Amino acid sequence: MRVLVAMSGGVDSSVAAARMVADGHDVVGVHLALNRNPQAYRSGARGCCSLEDSLDARRVADTLGIPFYVWDLSERFAADVVDDFVAEYAAGRTPNPCLRCNEKIKFSAVLERGLALGFDAVATGHYARLDGEGEQARLWRAADAAKDQSYVLGVLTHAQLRRSLFPLYGTVKADVRAEAEALGLRTAHKPDSHDICFIPDGDTAGFLSRALGEREGDIVDTAGRVVGFHSGHHQFTVGQRRGLHLGVPAEDGQPRYVLGISPVTNTVTVGPQEGLAITRIDGIRPTWAVPKPRLGQWRGLVQVRAHGAPLPATIDADADTITVTLDEPAYGIAPGQAAVTYDGDLVVGASTIAAAR
Amino acid sequence: MRHYLDHAATSPLRPSALHAMTSAWSQIGNPSSQHTSGRAAHALLEDAREQLAEAVDAHPSEVIFTGGGTEADNMVVLGGATAGRSGGRPQVAVSAVEHPAVLAAAHALGAAAHILHVDTTGRVTEPSLAGLAPNTAWVSVMWVNNETGTIQPLASVVEAARRVGASVHSDAVQALPHLNVSFADSGLDAMTISAHKLGGPVGVGALIARRDAPLAPVSRGGEQERRLRSGTVPVALAAGFAAAAAETVAHRADESQRLAVLRARLVAGLEALPRVHVNGGEAVCPAIVNATFEGTRADDLLLMLDAAGVDASTGSACTAGVHQPSEVLLAMGRSEAEASASLRFSLGWTSTDADVDAVLVLLPDALVRARAAAKR
Repeated sequence: MRVLVAMSGGVDSSVAAARMVADGHDVVGVHLALNRNPQAYRSGARGCCSLEDSLDARRVADTLGIPFYVWDLSERFAADVVDDFVAEYAAGRTPNPCLRCNEKIKFSAVLERGLALGFDAVATGHYARLDGEGEQARLWRAADAAKDQSYVLGVLTHAQLRRSLFPLYGTVKADVRAEAEALGLRTAHKPDSHDICFIPDGDTAGFLSRALGEREGDIVDTAGRVVGFHSGHHQFTVGQRRGLHLGVPAEDGQPRYVLGISPVTNTVTVGPQEGLAITRIDGIRPTWAVPKPRLGQWRGLVQVRAHGAPLPATIDADADTITVTLDEPAYGIAPGQAAVTYDGDLVVGASTIAAAR
Repeated sequence: MRHYLDHAATSPLRPSALHAMTSAWSQIGNPSSQHTSGRAAHALLEDAREQLAEAVDAHPSEVIFTGGGTEADNMVVLGGATAGRSGGRPQVAVSAVEHPAVLAAAHALGAAAHILHVDTTGRVTEPSLAGLAPNTAWVSVMWVNNETGTIQPLASVVEAARRVGASVHSDAVQALPHLNVSFADSGLDAMTISAHKLGGPVGVGALIARRDAPLAPVSRGGEQERRLRSGTVPVALAAGFAAAAAETVAHRADESQRLAVLRARLVAGLEALPRVHVNGGEAVCPAIVNATFEGTRADDLLLMLDAAGVDASTGSACTAGVHQPSEVLLAMGRSEAEASASLRFSLGWTSTDADVDAVLVLLPDALVRARAAAKR
């Protein structure tokens, strides 16, 4: 096959590329330039889009003896991921930009461009198992549960999955590093990236304040009493406990959490943990990782954040919406995040959380 | 087998140059030293200088070896501006389509730089030449454009510069391999040439400058080259440069005709493709073809040509591995989309019919795919 490998400059995609070469595919590496000003970033260790990362990816491609190119997708990334990220926060929701990037950039813009140019598939360094070909393609959780990234791939449609390859699926991270070391790849000991790549200093609240401006508002309790002030509702996420700086102590002496965000009134509501208990999730814009939408009512698992636990649930789906009823209450479920549904370890589909109660 | 169509970026090393260097590398001694070894190295350097001077129809004392074309261009724009200021002529005028070695140096001069406009074929216009300021120290207009191959109306440039009493420089890096370049007949005060564009080694070039050219040194040091360029001259590179230049010039008339035939075939093939336009007008160097492939990204075409064994280029600047829209084509009035959808194919002494065939066979399919990919 002719395979396009998305090479971020990290160890995972480096080994993914190496394995594609070892499997005998005709491999081309492509680094996605996503940030408009990659030189601005100091270090390659904490993002996936700096100039250093691009050079690391290029040197790995040199070592593997494969062609390598940089594709400038910064305009699309800014429009589809960064602007969306800011708009979602402005609307009081909590988006997942990595998921959005997979959906709109890696497995959409890049995949489609690659297919048009004559490639058969796009490979990435994600940890997830994809087996079966064509109609039989199915996405499963990775062997390394700690690194499993099936959640951020849950937004892919079956049509996209048919053209995707995840060569790392059966490997644990330590073995990936050892393999990179044995191959002499210079990314073997590069630290993992954890932050949002376009917020390299990790200060999401500061980034949002720069993008949206600061506007003072009230923090209220569930009875509507003002218990504090904030400088912009976008600095909060449902389920957040730290950094509330409340002036009035809770009557029951228990910690308080962000229960809700109202962008219209610029109000953040806080309350005890019980107020976060969720048993029902309404999802919109469902996508399906399986060939046919699994409509109607069925038993399965749902995951609502990147490193969250799978929660047993009853799922009720139609063409436009999904309703998830959890067996046990869950806490800190934020609108805007994706609810990815599983059948055991099989990824079934995803939808965006519109409401949770 | 690969097809190399990027001679304007760098041309394969000629065996004559390799041979000249191989013998020169074994000569110990700094050419500035007074002892026997130094004198031997100096003799080799002066042999190279004389050979190169003959190849460009200049006097040996007019040859200033440099680290390459970029350094020679900088010496004129920056050093010429310095000399001009002390002589009451602070302005330097350069064309809008100059190589970055001239253009970026001019931009570094700020308000002292004047940009000469070009027409849609990339040639400097008569009105822009007529508008030269009387306090202009130097005018720099390239002989042949490195991206489009357009030949500039040098005689007009020289005449316009003379009218205001300015000195004239031309970057002849792309001209020397293919056109009849005579420094003596050109009317120029200075001219830049480079070794590796004609089959010599990378890392050496020369500024050919009249003895009375108003220049000041840009970098300081031992003033080895006519007190204008400091640093030990790499004797072996100079020997390789001279050998390659001599061989180039000896066969240039026939070779240019041969390449003109190849170019004509490539141009005809390109123009037969839908929505493909060849840039640069009629007065074009026989070695360079620049074409706009409407509705594509140049990067996508290059990827597919590369995969199929063809080395081509956009000819324009690359930032962090991403091609930028060609400043040359933008200056010629093309849109940003057009300037991002253009490729350069450049020929040289190793080019064959098979190279042109390879491009013409591959392009129709690559074009369809690149247009589909650009819509994604």
